[in-house]
Amino acid sequence: MTTTIEDQMFMTESEELISGSEAVAIACALADVDVITAYPIRPYDTVMQYVSKLKADGAFDCDFIVAESEHSQFEIVKHASSVGARTFCGSSGVGWFYAFEAIAVTAGLRLPVVAMVGNRALDDPGAFGVEHNDAMAVRDLGWMLYWVATAQEALDMALMAWKIAEDSRAFLPFALSCDGSFLTHSQAIVNVPTQEQVRRFLPDYDRGRLQLHPDNPITVAPQVNEDWLMEIRRQSDEAMHRTPAVIKEVYEEFKQVFGRGDPSPFLEEYMTDDDPDIILMGMGTLSLPVRVAIRRMREQGKKVGFVRLKFFRPFATEEVQEALGNCKAVAVVDRDYSFGSPSFGGVLFNEVRSALYPLEKRPHVVNFIAGLGGREVRVRDVEEMVEITQKAIDTGKIDRECNWIGVRE
Amino acid sequence: MSTVAVEVVYRGIFQKTLARNIVRSIVFAARKEGKYGTAFGRYGDSPERNGIPAKQFAIVADDAEELEENLAVYEAQEVDVTINVDDTMCKGIESWAWYGLQPINALTKPGGTLIVTSRQETDALIEDIHRKDEPYNLSVLTSVPSFSGLWVYKDDHTDVRILGALAKVCPQLVSLESMVEAIQDQGWDDLKVRSAERAYERAGLRPVEPGEGNDETPFTFDLPGWTTMEEGLVIRGIEQGGGFRGAEGGYQPVRNSVFKKYSTRSMRPIVNFETCIKCTLCWLQCPDTCFDVTPDGLYDANLESCCGCGVCEAVCPVPECVTMINEAEFNDNASQYEAWQQNPEGYKQWMASLIEGEKKVERTHGFHHVGGYDEQLAAAGED
Repeated sequence: MTTTIEDQMFMTESEELISGSEAVAIACALADVDVITAYPIRPYDTVMQYVSKLKADGAFDCDFIVAESEHSQFEIVKHASSVGARTFCGSSGVGWFYAFEAIAVTAGLRLPVVAMVGNRALDDPGAFGVEHNDAMAVRDLGWMLYWVATAQEALDMALMAWKIAEDSRAFLPFALSCDGSFLTHSQAIVNVPTQEQVRRFLPDYDRGRLQLHPDNPITVAPQVNEDWLMEIRRQSDEAMHRTPAVIKEVYEEFKQVFGRGDPSPFLEEYMTDDDPDIILMGMGTLSLPVRVAIRRMREQGKKVGFVRLKFFRPFATEEVQEALGNCKAVAVVDRDYSFGSPSFGGVLFNEVRSALYPLEKRPHVVNFIAGLGGREVRVRDVEEMVEITQKAIDTGKIDRECNWIGVRE
Repeated sequence: MSTVAVEVVYRGIFQKTLARNIVRSIVFAARKEGKYGTAFGRYGDSPERNGIPAKQFAIVADDAEELEENLAVYEAQEVDVTINVDDTMCKGIESWAWYGLQPINALTKPGGTLIVTSRQETDALIEDIHRKDEPYNLSVLTSVPSFSGLWVYKDDHTDVRILGALAKVCPQLVSLESMVEAIQDQGWDDLKVRSAERAYERAGLRPVEPGEGNDETPFTFDLPGWTTMEEGLVIRGIEQGGGFRGAEGGYQPVRNSVFKKYSTRSMRPIVNFETCIKCTLCWLQCPDTCFDVTPDGLYDANLESCCGCGVCEAVCPVPECVTMINEAEFNDNASQYEAWQQNPEGYKQWMASLIEGEKKVERTHGFHHVGGYDEQLAAAGED
């Protein structure tokens, strides 16, 4: 019997120096994804390069379809998912927006497509750097939305994404948001598990009675009037209500099989054990400069901590209330904008402030817009945020609720 | 303080402009008397499919605030006048939303009036119209189902004739004078004004007593809740069928029990089982799978699922084997095959008389047989 390359790959655990995009591509191979569609746009396109290379190397077999546009790209996986194929696709910035019709119906149809969003600023002006507005546009539609901070997390969470999305309690699509450049194009040491481990963890996708198949004659996506739609929306709402339990379950199983993971799948807390006065909050790779800044400020005796929100949808309201409820002030760092929103603040800021509102003792919530278009968020920018937030604590009032940091006047 | 509501029930798309002209004119006329009004189509009917029963409403109130109370509901819960512009809908209507079969007079309030354009006798219409527990009035305006206002169709004054009759049967709505002013304001000519005035003079009322009329219970169903509905926007396929009427042999498909389609129909096919050559074409081409296959290989139209499209008649190669007949000629959806089996001679005579009658009237749309279009074209060329 001849030995194929496929037999040789992923037989043993290994350490690889790879980017976040490459980690997601490897996850596709490990998860034995059936249908992958692609259409190039930076920074997401790095994933399609790595996927096609892995397929060419025989690491795994899949239908790899380069569509003629993002719209078709997302339509194809939507349909493939309805017939029972495990799917993966992705995009960035305005490419993601071009696919939006398909993206919206994928959630409406309860199809567990997993997509990687390489976060990129929305044109115009043409720009490649990271902003979170692209992925965030699906926040109301029934997509689960996760922000990754490291390449290892990208690989691990991708594997979990299929298991969570394909759970019949959820059957909702899952977007894995990866900051352009900082994650998609930076290489780090990643522990790559074996195919055998992944097989033990990740069952086949079984769409059951909802599978579109000649043996199971069904109509999918009918036209309805006002006499049906509200019930359909309520079903999607209930599915989203069920996801936190599924996520917790899957996260615990992952930790058992692979031996790594945080205490909570929803939040990563950093230096918050001593109930710090100020807690910074943000998503994605922003955590790197923030953690460095916090270590420096701690050396100076400032009680500052950091909470990284991992799941933006479902939004873990209780966990956020618990993590932030005891501090004096929260500094929310948005790598996004929401022009004309309450307090003219960022999206995350308004979500967090809203989650904290029911608390009897509410901390001050101050907002910082930073790092737009991939601009570096420097350690001294974080220090400035903490200074402004400290002022709110000292004076008992917030001068300006939303502050742009690192912008030239 | 008083509000007057009027609904126009019409066949989707073909009669849309006619219905729109009526409800808008009502509001214009009411404005002449200082009243406030709104005219609107039921949104759920749109986009309108050919022949599907649809509704438009005109609501007139003494002041703006009173009108607002009536705008706060999706559609009127009861109306003073129901106007039906196609008498075949007297048998009940099923819009393409999931409402079940609604009697044509479902919203007509006690003591209110149902105006129908028809060439049938009043008593024949009452046989079709579902009975009510409260008295109401029927007013018949002699007319064929009008396509007036639709694109290439000629204006036949049906709109203004209805407006004239309306002023008579519902004087609390608006006076004839205001109606005439509204007609003139829209740039319509004096001939239309005269048509309205004549209809006003001729309009009569036939009181309909409680319990009088069709005693059929219209079919209804319960809409499922979100906990009982299939998830993922999935509608389960209907099961495969079995033998004809539950017997061995033949084939009868299982059909949708909550959406039956037959109120869409203004004509229905009748089948001559003795000249049928069993070519299968009607069964094959029917877009609604409405033919049941009998054990002896004949095709019996299931008249609850037939929407009256006429494809069976068009594809049938045998002359007068499948013939479309005006729906007004029928009172039920009973099986033709069973009638023929019980009394072949009687069935033959009944069929022959229907076909003879049908030949006497020019169809508003469609043709009596394959090639009818070419014949009409040729005839037009000779003029």
